[in-house]
Amino acid sequence: MRVLMFGWEFPPHISGGLGTACYGLTKGLHQIGGVDVLFVVPKAYGDEDQSRLSLIDAGEVTVSSRMVDYKGFFKRIHFIEVGSSIIPYTTPEEYEKMMSKDVKGNRFFVNTAFSGKLSFAGGYGPNLFQEIANYAAIASVIGVSHDFDVIHAHDWLTYPAGIAAKMVSGKPLIVHVHATDFDRSGGSVNPGVFDIEKRGMEHADRVIAVSNLTRNIIIEKYGIDPDKVVTVHNAVEPLENREMLKREKSINDKIVTFLGRVTMQKGPEYFVEAAHLVLQKMKDVRFVMAGSGDMLKHIIHRVSALRIGDRFHFTGFLKGEDVFQMYSLSDVYVMPSVSEPFGISPLEAMQSNVPVIISRQSGVSEILEHAIKVDFWDIHAMADAIYGILQYNGLSSMLRNNVKEEVDNLKWDNAALKVKEVYNSVL
Amino acid sequence: MRTICLYFQIHQPFRLKRYRFFNIGNDHYYYDDYMNESIMRKVADRSYLIANKVLRQIIKEYGSQFKVAFSISGIALDQFELYAPDVLESFQKLAKTGSVEFLAETYSHSLVALKDKNEFARQVDEHRQKIKLYFDHEPTVFRNTELVYSDNIGADVADMGFSAILTEGAKHVLGWKSPNYMYCNALNPRLKVLLRNFRLSDDIAFRFSNQAWSEFPLTAEKFVTWLNRMDKKEETANIFIDYETFGEHQWLESGIFDFLKALPGAVFRNSKFTFATPGELVQQLQPISSISVPYPISWADEERDLTAWLGNDLQKDAFNRLYSLTDKVSRCADPRLRKDWKYLQSSDHLYYMSTKFFSDGEIHAYFNPYESPYDAYINFMNVLSDFTIRLNALVPETNTDQEIVNLSKVIDEKQELIRKYEVELKRLRSSKAKITSVRAVKSSAKKTDKPAGAKKNVKKTLKETKRGPVKKVTVKNVKKTTRVKKNK
Repeated sequence: MRVLMFGWEFPPHISGGLGTACYGLTKGLHQIGGVDVLFVVPKAYGDEDQSRLSLIDAGEVTVSSRMVDYKGFFKRIHFIEVGSSIIPYTTPEEYEKMMSKDVKGNRFFVNTAFSGKLSFAGGYGPNLFQEIANYAAIASVIGVSHDFDVIHAHDWLTYPAGIAAKMVSGKPLIVHVHATDFDRSGGSVNPGVFDIEKRGMEHADRVIAVSNLTRNIIIEKYGIDPDKVVTVHNAVEPLENREMLKREKSINDKIVTFLGRVTMQKGPEYFVEAAHLVLQKMKDVRFVMAGSGDMLKHIIHRVSALRIGDRFHFTGFLKGEDVFQMYSLSDVYVMPSVSEPFGISPLEAMQSNVPVIISRQSGVSEILEHAIKVDFWDIHAMADAIYGILQYNGLSSMLRNNVKEEVDNLKWDNAALKVKEVYNSVL
Repeated sequence: MRTICLYFQIHQPFRLKRYRFFNIGNDHYYYDDYMNESIMRKVADRSYLIANKVLRQIIKEYGSQFKVAFSISGIALDQFELYAPDVLESFQKLAKTGSVEFLAETYSHSLVALKDKNEFARQVDEHRQKIKLYFDHEPTVFRNTELVYSDNIGADVADMGFSAILTEGAKHVLGWKSPNYMYCNALNPRLKVLLRNFRLSDDIAFRFSNQAWSEFPLTAEKFVTWLNRMDKKEETANIFIDYETFGEHQWLESGIFDFLKALPGAVFRNSKFTFATPGELVQQLQPISSISVPYPISWADEERDLTAWLGNDLQKDAFNRLYSLTDKVSRCADPRLRKDWKYLQSSDHLYYMSTKFFSDGEIHAYFNPYESPYDAYINFMNVLSDFTIRLNALVPETNTDQEIVNLSKVIDEKQELIRKYEVELKRLRSSKAKITSVRAVKSSAKKTDKPAGAKKNVKKTLKETKRGPVKKVTVKNVKKTTRVKKNK
């Protein structure tokens, strides 16, 4: 079976969870066997191998095709890159960095984090949609020139491409919803994006949602037939050699960590309030907020107003190894997200043997057993859970003994098997 | 002669309210009254009252031919008192018929038997007294919480003077042996052991309304044919079930009460079985052999072991922390604290922490106030922390606690001394006033001038004799020390 997969990013240029998920899923599909993936991504970096081959029909747009050898794959995967002026990024910092790199021509920076709210700078709006349409045009060319059985499109930017490929080839389309604009925007949905999402889901033969939470949004807010929508939970890549990254703790205090973008969607203010409650009863504990975002100033103000600044620390944005070092220092990891389609970060914390407290309003809470689940707004429950883990050894040891095993059982192979079932159901 | 031994268990715990860590040290009331009352009322109306009525009718019809045994935990009795006195009354009526035997158990429906022999005996004794008080009945047969049993527990129970104990006819203990005989304890053969026939019991308790079951629907007649199929030499069919089976686990609509109503008639018509209570079985039967149970068993889950209560770290930690307080509690007489001690020991609190809940959910989720085992653990430990603080205040243990108590004792003594001195001071002042007034009268009689001077003198002498000099010395000392400090 050959699958034409439209993605947004792929290693080495991973900027967000979407790329990680696509990578994991593709790897899983290769490992279970019987599925060949033809991966299409827009490309705008220019630092990759330049052996492009021009496509006659699409004029300026170029497409490069190459075979890439990824570690852990049994065979090379066929990889198609489409020249595009859309640049994916996940964090404000990354955006800064890329802007300063003096990118030539008309480039559009698109936030690809599951929950990055799409904001149009100046008059670029229509052009972004134009770019997405161009990408779709290329897709139709690929649809004619390649042989495949199923089309699989990840998140809204690729839906038009998926639809176009379906139109020219007549093959079934599957759209994979990693996040909807309702998650990203906190309610104030961009009508243009909503429209693309809705059209993609309507044209699709099957819709894959990353959690039941997302599935419900797809059914209720987009009016999609429930029989068409399937939940396939994400998984997580196993860690390698993370022992190397462990950092020795230099203080005796317990550390409670929030790690993620400091935006409304992630619920950082609930973490602060819970910290305040815990600090009234306990002294030898410190709270760390790792990450940055548009709410950071507000949060710092709140922390100082509560007079807990001496126990509440900000690290700024953490990347790569720093993230894992932060986990290895933590005694508790808290994810108080207001709305989280899936939420991979608690799984990463669990890989470092850290007990986690997660909000019930997250997709990941549907599959985890050895985690304490609270409603994001229930700061008393959250504070109580933090206190419980720090204070009662029975609880922390029980969690530490179980989280690693549980997270190691969440394998992409299993998710890939479910996705393969979805493929089979439309063939 | 072959017998059916019917025994019903009744227990409801005092469920804890949501107790956050901010409450520790501030709030000493731990129970969710609303939940406890509503559950008790619900179960009473749907199960206990109807089932008791059915039993009364049966006894009215068959008289002393029909026999049944109950064990009601002390905590359940406390809840009847509070929320359902009508249930208590209806049990008292049943008790008066003479066809009912009450068994002894631990007051708290606790697992103390695994931990502390003295506390175990104390709780059993407390329960015995309660049964005596309400039903005017001296239990002679014991059943432990959730039928938990081992050779050692049996030996302890024999020491308390019981003639028999009830437990599960667990396959891994019995092997090829049959539960339908009477056995005796391996350490003390005077204690008889009655084993639950889990097939027949669970046919009623779990499978009765299961439409997927090949034997559905179960009628009294069918049940009696199964009894008749038992080997001719086998002596007793021990049906031990939760009383809530009637009306709560198996709903009224399933016909469970009709089954109960029809059972005695069907037994008397179609078989040679008779009914007997455990106490009567002990008189009638001879133990066929001893049974060795080196590791504790229970009637819970597939494994019939303790893993439902002590299967994971959360449960073991909570259990050990709780019973680490035993000694201290026994040295404390505070009635409220002792009551909390009883209620916190209910095995239910540990049951809610079971992580088997994840796989084997349904039964564990029953009346469970918590959403996850972790929730249950945090809440219980918060309560236990507050309980420990209260206990330490009443029964000091550590050096600091002891020091605090000692110092407060010293302060009390000083207060007492000060009070004494004040009284004396008052007395002296009043006597001084008397003297001055007398002198004044005298002097005014002799000379009319210098009354004020005389007063002053009296004051001075009084001061010097009683308090004055002492004060002066201390003032001097203080001055000296301050000077020394300055020099330094």
